[in-house]
Amino acid sequence: MVQVSLAHFLVVGALLFSFGMVTVATRRNAVGVLMGVELILNGANVNFVAFNHYVVGGVSGQVFALFVIVLAAAEAAVGLAIVLAIFQTFKTIDVRFADLMRE
Amino acid sequence: MRFSLGRLVLWILGAAAVLAFVVLMTTRAIGPAAGAVPPPEAGPVSLPDVLFYVLAAAAVAGAAGVALSRNILYSSVGLLTALLGAGSLYVFLSADFVAVTQLLVYIGGVLVLILFAVMLTNRITEVNVSNASVGLFGGFLLFVATAPVLLAVALVTPWAKKPAAPLAATTHAIGDAFLTKWLLPFEVASIVLLATLIGAVVIARKEIKAD
Repeated sequence: MVQVSLAHFLVVGALLFSFGMVTVATRRNAVGVLMGVELILNGANVNFVAFNHYVVGGVSGQVFALFVIVLAAAEAAVGLAIVLAIFQTFKTIDVRFADLMRE
Repeated sequence: MRFSLGRLVLWILGAAAVLAFVVLMTTRAIGPAAGAVPPPEAGPVSLPDVLFYVLAAAAVAGAAGVALSRNILYSSVGLLTALLGAGSLYVFLSADFVAVTQLLVYIGGVLVLILFAVMLTNRITEVNVSNASVGLFGGFLLFVATAPVLLAVALVTPWAKKPAAPLAATTHAIGDAFLTKWLLPFEVASIVLLATLIGAVVIARKEIKAD
């Protein structure tokens, strides 16, 4: 087998990102869309940490990855609060039916 | 549980697989590290490489499950697998603190929050919560449009690499970095979390109509 190197981790990050993007684009359930956003952020995190280890050195990439994790958690919390509010208003979280700016 | 021969065979196979895994890890990874067992002579395939491929495959399979599954609970399990796989890849990259933070915050916080939202926004009696996707062909086109480009960039570019650094603990260095070089983003992140806390509660509560 090929020795594991930077390209392997970048491939994993790229695949996570692509699947996340497909999830965001095709899901009808709003929580499913948020799962796709989490996948996208994880793909970017894998890239950050891989470049930090193989190219840059130090811990800057890991610090950035930690900030991404913090902001992803914050954004998931607010996004899910919005999903709950939409569920209370429209009684569904199908993204095709939440099409009013105010009730 | 009905007793059946097929189930018994599956249990025996599963137990044998777990036992083989434990023996393999003890003799090849944990034993040599503790000095109790002499390390095996190096072959063409090393254990860290095999482990990397297994974990990377698990992460990508989880991501595929999130994208393609019809049941949103299966999608959540796929997300769990993807997050676990990515977290274990961080250990390969000498990012032990980031790996544990991924476990605690992402899986223990974000994934649990997503599961809460799944359970709160679907009818309790409906076991098969639907997660049908719109335009699977469009999603396939999107995947074909983006993934090969990213993979080609990742594989073809001659990345300037430095000689592989030894795996080292990073908590000390990250703590120093947070309080010296990255102090302002650290404090701003705290304010962002405060705003998130307040905002999420304000958005999600039921309006109390004044009577």
